[in-house]
Amino acid sequence: MSEVSLAVNGRTVTGTVEDRTLLVHFLRENLGLTGTHVGCDTSQCGACVVHVDGKAVKSCTMLAVQASGSTITTIEGLADGADLHPMQAAFREHHGLQCGFCTPGMIMTATDMVRRHPEGLDEATVRAELEGNICRCTGYHNIVKAILAASQTMQRADGAAQAA
Amino acid sequence: MYSVNYHRANSVADAVKTAETGDAKFLSGGMTLIPAMKTRLAAPSDLIDLAHIDELKGITISGRTVTIGAGTIHYDVATHAELKTLCPALSHLASHIGDPAVRHRGTIGGSVANNDPAADYPSALLAMGATIITNQREMAAEDFFTGLFETALEDGEIVTAVRFDVPEKAGYAKFPNPASRYAMTGVFVAKGEDGVRVAVTGAGDNGVFRSEPLEAALATSFDAKALEGLSVPSDSLMGDLHASPEYRANLIVVMAKRAVLAANG
Repeated sequence: MSEVSLAVNGRTVTGTVEDRTLLVHFLRENLGLTGTHVGCDTSQCGACVVHVDGKAVKSCTMLAVQASGSTITTIEGLADGADLHPMQAAFREHHGLQCGFCTPGMIMTATDMVRRHPEGLDEATVRAELEGNICRCTGYHNIVKAILAASQTMQRADGAAQAA
Repeated sequence: MYSVNYHRANSVADAVKTAETGDAKFLSGGMTLIPAMKTRLAAPSDLIDLAHIDELKGITISGRTVTIGAGTIHYDVATHAELKTLCPALSHLASHIGDPAVRHRGTIGGSVANNDPAADYPSALLAMGATIITNQREMAAEDFFTGLFETALEDGEIVTAVRFDVPEKAGYAKFPNPASRYAMTGVFVAKGEDGVRVAVTGAGDNGVFRSEPLEAALATSFDAKALEGLSVPSDSLMGDLHASPEYRANLIVVMAKRAVLAANG
């Protein structure tokens, strides 16, 4: 057993875990943050993507003890109170989900993608960047549309923040 | 996953010392080891986490000599501005390993120490005549990669960096498995002072290897046309549910052509 301490969605959390506990299980079972999903359990589907120290990571392929000391953002940490994050709003607006199981991972991957491409995104880049996230409902088309729309909103918000 | 004891190492010396107990394994990004432990294909008693050792991280470039710390993640190799200018083939290779989330965790040291027969980096290091640096010695890539998931590493030996001189021209092309993104066949070509070297990953039944017929053809003329009509033997190639040895033999020539085209830009 090990003591872990992480900053999750702005809150410092601690816990005692078996060393083999995966980060996703710590988030879901110890912290009750069940927005992060376990889809395939083989590191392929991306439903478990969270941000660890600002980078998108598959939380089913990392031990909680490996993440100890890190800053984590999960899907629950994106919205500002009742206001959805622009990426969440775009997924709703553009029907970027059907069953919704892959959506938390898609959104965490998408916000990371926007961060890494300050020059802007095009459709081909979005599709290539989504190779680690699997959706069995949508055929991806509306997910791509949502990410492209949100990336523009997020860039405008960034520009406004810089101008202010 | 079976029960395991986790240790976070602060230095290479600390990691080696901790590894003396039980059936320990070194853990870097964990992008292969953690999935292998989840499926119980690997069951070490202890894990020694190398990810927090600063001395293993970073890329240094001196003239045309590049040294990449073993703990450097694929994302950092793919996006390093100076490396991208000097050796775009390696940046391209790193940017196509796994998926974005995998590239945020997986490291070059972990990849070469694991020597998966379908991993991308071994082909680049073999083709560029890289040196693998460990906490005990330095080895040429061809002496280091010894077979399927096999390397010359001894117990308690840790890859600390890889070093290579950037060739005059280099290119990499792979046919990725549509599900895993591992190379079903990947070919790295390098043209340097010592001639042309061609290394193939994802195809050999004993891991990464150099292709003599391709090297001979490209030594005459470093042009994709030099490979027209060429075929390579399919014995000693992998056959599995994804592709037969004959299919992979064909892919080797096709990927080599694309790699040469990329190298000639």
